[in-house]
This record gives sequence, C-alpha cells and structure tokens, in this order.
Amino acid sequence: MKYKLIASISKSLLFARLKQTLVAAIGVTFSITMFITLLSFMSGMNDLLDGLILNRTAHVRLFNEIKPSLKQPIDLSDKYKNQYNFVSSVKPKDEKAEIRNSEAIIRALKADTRVTGIAPKVIAQVFYNVGSIDLTGTINGIDVDEEARLFFFKNYVVGGNYIDLKYTPNSIILGIEAAKKMMVDIGSIIQVTTSKGERFQLKVVGYFQSGIQDIDKVQSYATLNTTQKLLGESNSYITDLQIKITNILDAPMMAKEFQKKFEVDAIDIQTANSQFETGSSIRTLISYAVGITLLIVAGFGIYNILNMMIYEKMDSIAILKATGFSGKDVNNIFITIALSIGIFGGALGLLFGYGLCNVIEHIPFNTPSLPTIKTYPINYNPKFYMIGGVFSIITTYLAGYFPSRKASKIDPVIIIRGK
Amino acid sequence: MSNKILIANNICKSFHDPITVQVLNNISFSIEKGEFISVIGKSGCGKSTLLYILSTMDTDYDGDLTIDGVLMRDKKEKELASVRNAKIGFVFQFHYLLNEFSVLKNVMLPGLKLNKYSEKEIEHRAYEKLKVLGIENEALKMPNQLSGGQKQRVAIARALINDPLIIMGDEPTGNLDKKNSEIVFHIFKDLAEQFQQTLLIVTHDNEFASRTNRIIEMQDGQIIKM
Repeated sequence: MKYKLIASISKSLLFARLKQTLVAAIGVTFSITMFITLLSFMSGMNDLLDGLILNRTAHVRLFNEIKPSLKQPIDLSDKYKNQYNFVSSVKPKDEKAEIRNSEAIIRALKADTRVTGIAPKVIAQVFYNVGSIDLTGTINGIDVDEEARLFFFKNYVVGGNYIDLKYTPNSIILGIEAAKKMMVDIGSIIQVTTSKGERFQLKVVGYFQSGIQDIDKVQSYATLNTTQKLLGESNSYITDLQIKITNILDAPMMAKEFQKKFEVDAIDIQTANSQFETGSSIRTLISYAVGITLLIVAGFGIYNILNMMIYEKMDSIAILKATGFSGKDVNNIFITIALSIGIFGGALGLLFGYGLCNVIEHIPFNTPSLPTIKTYPINYNPKFYMIGGVFSIITTYLAGYFPSRKASKIDPVIIIRGK
Repeated sequence: MSNKILIANNICKSFHDPITVQVLNNISFSIEKGEFISVIGKSGCGKSTLLYILSTMDTDYDGDLTIDGVLMRDKKEKELASVRNAKIGFVFQFHYLLNEFSVLKNVMLPGLKLNKYSEKEIEHRAYEKLKVLGIENEALKMPNQLSGGQKQRVAIARALINDPLIIMGDEPTGNLDKKNSEIVFHIFKDLAEQFQQTLLIVTHDNEFASRTNRIIEMQDGQIIKM
C-alpha cells in the first residue's frame, strides 16, 4: 500500500514531464542497444577468429620431436662426472617421429577422467605429382570420427562428404588450393610420392578449406590406415596424439604431467596460441569499455533531468514533507523515477539490441578465407543481456541516488518561508 | 490538564548567521482542545518562526514542545513526519497544491500516507471534506483550473483529511481578496464551533484575529498578551 502510493506519485511526476522522461529513457535505450550489439558482434567475430585456430587445435598435443639427446654418453660416465664436458656438433639420433608405445598411452589417456577425447594422427610429408611437377604437401592421417567430433572436421570440408574418407579405401581430402593447382575434381585419382620415393594413387573424395591459404595449399587428409600404408609403417605408428580436456585452463599443467609420465614432448594450447588469446581479450576489453562509457553518458543524462525536476518540484517536495512524507519517502519517489527510466529504457534497449543483432546476422559476409561463414557472426550470449540489464539499472540508480538524496534533504520550512 | 493538546515551554530560538539574533525568547503557552487561536504581531516579531517550531518542521530550538502529551525533542525526522501527518493540518499563505494531481487526489495524499483507511474510504472522506467546504463539484478538476479562493479551500480540505488534532495556518488569508478571506474565515469558524476543531492561525489581519476566541500577541520574540 505504502509503496503503491510512492509509485503513483512517481508516475504522476514522470508523466508530468513526459518529453524529458522519454529523452532520458531513449538515452538508456540507445546505450544498451549499442552495448548489446557491440558485444554480440565483437564476441561473434572473436569466436570466429579464435575458432579458425583454436577449434582445430588440441588442448594438449603429444608428439616426439627429433632433437639431440639431452644426455650425451659422457654425462653418464662416472669418470667425468665432476667436470664440465663440452661436446660440439651434436646431432639428433636417427629415430622415427613415432610416439613410442602409443597404444599404451592411448589406453592410459582414455582412463583419465579429465580427458574428453583423443584423436591420433600420423603426419606424412609427400609430393603431389602433377604431370612432371611435384608439389610439396603434407598428408594428415586421421581417425575420421574422432577428428569430426573433436575438431569440427566436417565444417572445413567444403566439397564432397567428409565421411567418404572413412568408407572409400585409399581416398584423400585435398586442400582446396592444392586441388585448384592440380586441377582435380572429386572422383579424380591423384598420385603422390612419399619422402621415401614410393608412389601411391589416391582418390579425391572432397576438398578441405581451413581459411588459411598457406595451409590449404599443402595440407590434405587421409585415414590413419592409408597414411600408415603410405609410410610403410605398422598400424600402431602414431606421430601425434591430440587431446581435448574438460577444463582448458588445466592444459599447461597436464602437458607437463604427460610429458613426464609418457616421456614424449607435449605442448598446451595456451603456449601454442598465446597471440590469439591476447587479441581476443583486448578486443573484448575495448567493447566493454565503449559499451560502459555509453551507459555512463546515459546516466549523466538521467542525473541532469532528475536534478532539473527536483528544482522545479521544490515546492511540491516541501509540501509533501510538510504533510507528513518523510525524507525517505521523497528519496524513494525519485529513486523510483530513476529506476523506471532505467528499467523501461533498458528493457527496450535489450530488445532493440537483440533486433539489431538479428539484422546484422543477416548481412552477407563473404570472404574466401572463411568458407563456412556466409553472414556476419553474432554471439547471442545471454551474459551480455544480463550485464546490459544489470548495468542499466545500476547506472540509473546511481544517477538517481544523488538528486534523490538532495530532494530528501530539502527542508520544508525554507521553501515555504521563502514565498 | 488532559485537554491540553499542545504545550510550549520556554521555547527560545536564535539565528547565528551572520550575527546571533534571538528571534524567540522564552515562549511558553498551551493550547486546549477546541480553541480557535490567532497569533498576531508585526512583521519580524517571530510569529512565523514560532509556527514552524510548533509544527515540528523546525527542530533547531531550545525548550520543550509537547504535542498530544508526547515530547517532540529528540524525535527522528521520520517520526516527526508521521506526527505532522497524523496530528497536524497545514494551511499556508500559498496553497501548494500539486499540479500533477487532481483536486481529489491532492486531498487524499496525506490520507494515503497515513494509511489508516482503505483507499475507497479515503476517497469517500475526501469527498465529505470537499462537501463541507462547498467545492465537491471541483473534485475531479486539476488545481490550475480553480480560482485562488477555491484552491485555498482545497488546501484546507487537505489539512482536514486525517482529522488532525490541530490545524495550523500561516497567513491563510494573506493572498485572498476580501470576499474569499471572509469565506475562509467562516470555514474556520464553523470548524471550530461545529466540529470542535482546534485552530492556530498566524495572521497580521487584526480584524480576522479579533473574531477568534483567543489572541496571542507577539512583539520582538516575546508574547506580550495572551
């Protein structure tokens, strides 16, 4: 009942200055709309750009790097233990890029609850033969199902069907730039030469486009089996283990752990792609800063309008106080006015923001480097709407707080005596 | 003793800016229920200042003020506001109606704040008060559609809505012509005689004062006759 009275007084004061109120509300609406649009668009763009790399990157990658042994024979000798030993011109040992004991490692990883998926990979350096010309290339031997599940392989296959790779023996999905260069279509047979000089014929079942031209020029995909055959290795031959984990933040820690445990090299996503994270966090920071600035400016608008209203309504406030309204009641009246402007303007802003995002989402955005993207990317994260809503209420509350406090401190005597 | 609804005891007040000037000096008197009192005095004798202290709107004074047996000293702003709401009705020189509300709503507002009756009842009571003052036909108009005299009557209706112990007026006829002043005076007179309404009216209109039950005359911050 009491709040109803305060609300009805607030409403009357609001509607008495409808134009001003609307201007203030439009200020909030505009800023929230822009806030939502900016963040949704920026974050959509960020996700897209990050996805280009991060979607296809393992959280932890295990591999075996060809490098000189850290411990040279002399280090093991007791005789020279207490001396500095200098060995010059150290060469790596002749060994394969294979991960040793890969089957046991996979078994151990599958038992690890932090791991959501493992995609084994064999990388083979080849030449694509085009007439008398050889083009360098890399064939990634993959487990098609796991690759599709963990790394969105399907999204990057632009011609043909990715699953054909699994069911057609000796098939290959060519990088689209390489296919263009070789002028082959789906169904054509191409010939590749391995680094050991053996020749193989593979059937093209699709094109692959990553969006990064240099990759599309050289990279192709075949099944694990095909690639192992190409290299003349057994089917336990694995050069890379790509691991996805539940919490990406654990990646550096887990990379170290696996490195020690399985005696392989391991690299985590943060180390491998630090530049992307920096880029997106700065872009996000800028969008938030701009959005919040807009809101604060709108807040000043509300502050001004309320201040003016209070000067205009000085007499009314005085008489309300004389007839028994306490300072708190007066304070509540003006806070209610500010909050209604904020809530009304903010809600409209969220709505318009959503609408504007929808419009942007339908604007064509064609770029050869991003095959899967046809329109501008938008991220409809409810988080932005929540931040926008909460922030509009907080700014309008603060904008109303100081004028309201001033109004509540008005002494009825001074005004009434002043006449 | 129990009939004394307002007791002022040794009330003193000084202004300190720019130099200390004592405006009220040991004011002591009491008001009994049903009295129609006028306070007169020359401009600057402190009668308005006294009224603001008695009305609890000014709290910066020395001495004791008791309303309805309750000492007003050391009460919080909120408590004083509810005392004004429930026990005191105000009529000022200027009507101070809220232009955003209809006449009826203006009269109802203090009643809604008191929250003793339902909204329907308050509306009914507001009509009753307007009827007593002969302006029930104007109830749904906005204040700026009324004449000066009518506005002042609406202000009186607003003062009456919570059946206050006492109505305080600060030159309620000061802004009105002879005819309207006469109407307002008769309203006060009727309220005092028919409803035993206690009234304390500050005025400099000696003719108005002479027709009240009791005159308190002030000079230089002191009561010289009562």
